[in-house]
Amino acid sequence: MSGRQPPRSTAHDLERYAGLFAQRTKVMKSSAMRDLMALTERAEVISLAGGLPDTSTFPAETYAALMATVAEEACARALQYGPTEGFAVAAHAIAEVMAAEGMAVDEGELLITTGGQQVIDLVCKTLVDPGDVIVAEAPTYPGAVPTFCSYEADVVQIEVDEHGMQIDVLEETLDRLEREGRRPKFIYTIPTFQNPGGVTMSLPRRQRLVRIAHERELLVLEDNPYGLLRYEGEPLPTLYSMDGGEFVIYLGTFSKILSPGIRLGWAAAPRPVLQKMNLGKQAADLCSSSMTQLFVAEYFAARNWREYVNSLVGIYRGRRDAMLEALQAHFPHEAAWTEPEGGLFIWATLPDYIDTTDLLARALSENVAFVPGRAAYLDGRGGSSMRLNFSGSDEAAIREGVRRIGKVVAEQVGLYGTLTGAAPAPPAVADTPRPSGEVAEQLADVLQLPRRDRTGGRGRAESSDR
Amino acid sequence: MSTVAVLQGGRSLERQVSLKSGARVEDALQRLGHNAVAIDVGADLVSRLTDLRPDAVFVALHGRDGEDGTIQELLEVLGLPYTGSGVAACIRSWDKVLTKHLLRDEGIPTPDFHAFSETAFRELGAAQALPAIERQLDFPLVVKPAAQGSALGIKFARTAADVPAAIVSAFSYDRKVLLERYVPGRDLAVSIVEEDGSARALPIVEAVPEGRDFYDFEARYEIGRTRFVCPAELPSGAAERTQELAVAAYRALGCTGFARVDLMLHEDGELYVLEANSVPGLTETSLLPQAADAAGIGFDALVERILAIALSREPAGR
Repeated sequence: MSGRQPPRSTAHDLERYAGLFAQRTKVMKSSAMRDLMALTERAEVISLAGGLPDTSTFPAETYAALMATVAEEACARALQYGPTEGFAVAAHAIAEVMAAEGMAVDEGELLITTGGQQVIDLVCKTLVDPGDVIVAEAPTYPGAVPTFCSYEADVVQIEVDEHGMQIDVLEETLDRLEREGRRPKFIYTIPTFQNPGGVTMSLPRRQRLVRIAHERELLVLEDNPYGLLRYEGEPLPTLYSMDGGEFVIYLGTFSKILSPGIRLGWAAAPRPVLQKMNLGKQAADLCSSSMTQLFVAEYFAARNWREYVNSLVGIYRGRRDAMLEALQAHFPHEAAWTEPEGGLFIWATLPDYIDTTDLLARALSENVAFVPGRAAYLDGRGGSSMRLNFSGSDEAAIREGVRRIGKVVAEQVGLYGTLTGAAPAPPAVADTPRPSGEVAEQLADVLQLPRRDRTGGRGRAESSDR
Repeated sequence: MSTVAVLQGGRSLERQVSLKSGARVEDALQRLGHNAVAIDVGADLVSRLTDLRPDAVFVALHGRDGEDGTIQELLEVLGLPYTGSGVAACIRSWDKVLTKHLLRDEGIPTPDFHAFSETAFRELGAAQALPAIERQLDFPLVVKPAAQGSALGIKFARTAADVPAAIVSAFSYDRKVLLERYVPGRDLAVSIVEEDGSARALPIVEAVPEGRDFYDFEARYEIGRTRFVCPAELPSGAAERTQELAVAAYRALGCTGFARVDLMLHEDGELYVLEANSVPGLTETSLLPQAADAAGIGFDALVERILAIALSREPAGR
């Protein structure tokens, strides 16, 4: 303990500082849901809520050897500031990762950042004035929501279906915005293994999106943390590779293919945009960690980074399959969920009378957690959906976690059936009255995904005899 | 100087708020020259208290365990003096249904209500009584878990079709739900701290939702979406009536030390008591410290007073 006295505290504290807070803090979210999320960190809770890669699979001796090499060969450099855009040796590693996904990048068009998250922040900082429009997906990455809010952006969310962002809806929305005299500053998308939806944008939609960006001269922020974590199917070209270096800002990260603890991501962007982002980064943190950039450079020099990614792909594929099987076994047949070909997340949607924020409170008493769908929307939608992570827990924990969630969902389905006079469990949801008015309007817009029947095939479940 | 164990955290859904309340109380106790020992309540609670043998226990726990009488029961068994209300008052305040029955029995106005357990719906066909309940209480009606400290699980039902989902949500938090007539009007909170053995109402805090045409319960807990005015600007006589009613509710529930009573002032001027909180929040943004400050009682003085009441009470474990 230091000898410093805690500051004198009065009940006027909040008011005293309130006058000093910037306007943007008013839209920063602090909610009951966030307090609930903090409880998911209890040791006894099986958390399917995080977005964590499994770093326990990285060999400790490799880590030790790499750090020793950095210490022996570049100690002073590792302990020193570096250039804002990052070290060239780390940029080589990035070029390699991008090449693995079919992208050629000029290393001069790269900005190494403190995690991919900083790219989102810098893009907003560079482009967004208060009230400016950002177009995002619905649902969107929950971690981008506070960033958008802190720049006081007006976020317009475009529905996602199993083929990614609905480009028809995007075009209609862009037309409407144009009529209103509002030009979006950028379109934010995670086209591959979307967070939280788990879906992947189809090739035709990718082509249309890039064409729209060119025709309307709109920037697109392509967030691609998971592209290399593909468990089935053929890779699709990134928007960046289709764009020709004009309107796509590409966000990459080492977080999911190596480590989120090293806090290294990057942006590849048209030079004029990148130069402004570089200035923004100087203001934010001067440069990203020299130590971890050298660590990455050393790691890539060993030329076996793909092997590690492949080992992760094997592990995560098994976990995804375990989660899909468990969902099939334990979720009611009115529930729908995505079947991601890669990435870290499955998005499940329950009958519309179940509020997943409240369900989380009940689930926590069974020591299991997920992210309530509302976290992925800025307008209160998503109330009946949840994001489930399968990369951060082992298969046994995933099975048990999904079983526990399924149990509380079944309870609520049964209770709702009792309350509405439908058969107790499982009730025929289609026959029950839908909430009317405002509530129904909100719910109707929530991501609609193909419902699964119990035999495991795709398509809407028609039967109500189960 | 006393050794004071500050109980905080725990497993309740309000753990985060409790940690903030607890940290703030700890700081105040240190400044007052006491030896404050923070205890994040868990399986080792009894052994830690037995080892520490504190002179008093400051209960800064919110929600289940801390406000429902469980911790108080344990402290009685251990014979340790503690802050705030005793076991019975905690049980009465924690369960909103019990609170409302007691208030009604005492002639203290509270919005009309009906309450049911999950069993009533599952096994006794209570669902069939919903239309009658809806006719009696009218729309919109408020559906809440009988016991839950924060706004979690509280929903508005605007039409009959909203009711079943609202009930399902409320059952996420408790085995009993409350359907209550909605009182349109102003949302008031009266904090009460005892002074020389009698309950004294502090200046009233009004929660004013900003930029919304309907009352969003979550807004109340989001800084910036609700403005708190203290003392509330009320028509002449209304403040006194509100405070008197709050003190009457405090007494009816048998609270001791301090508490917060939440009320609604109907558009027609009638007052209704909604609930009482036996361990109200003590964070920077909480209502009780704001009210105390408006009454000229700084946070340290507030903590000192609450502690003194605990120490002056008959030894626990009678």
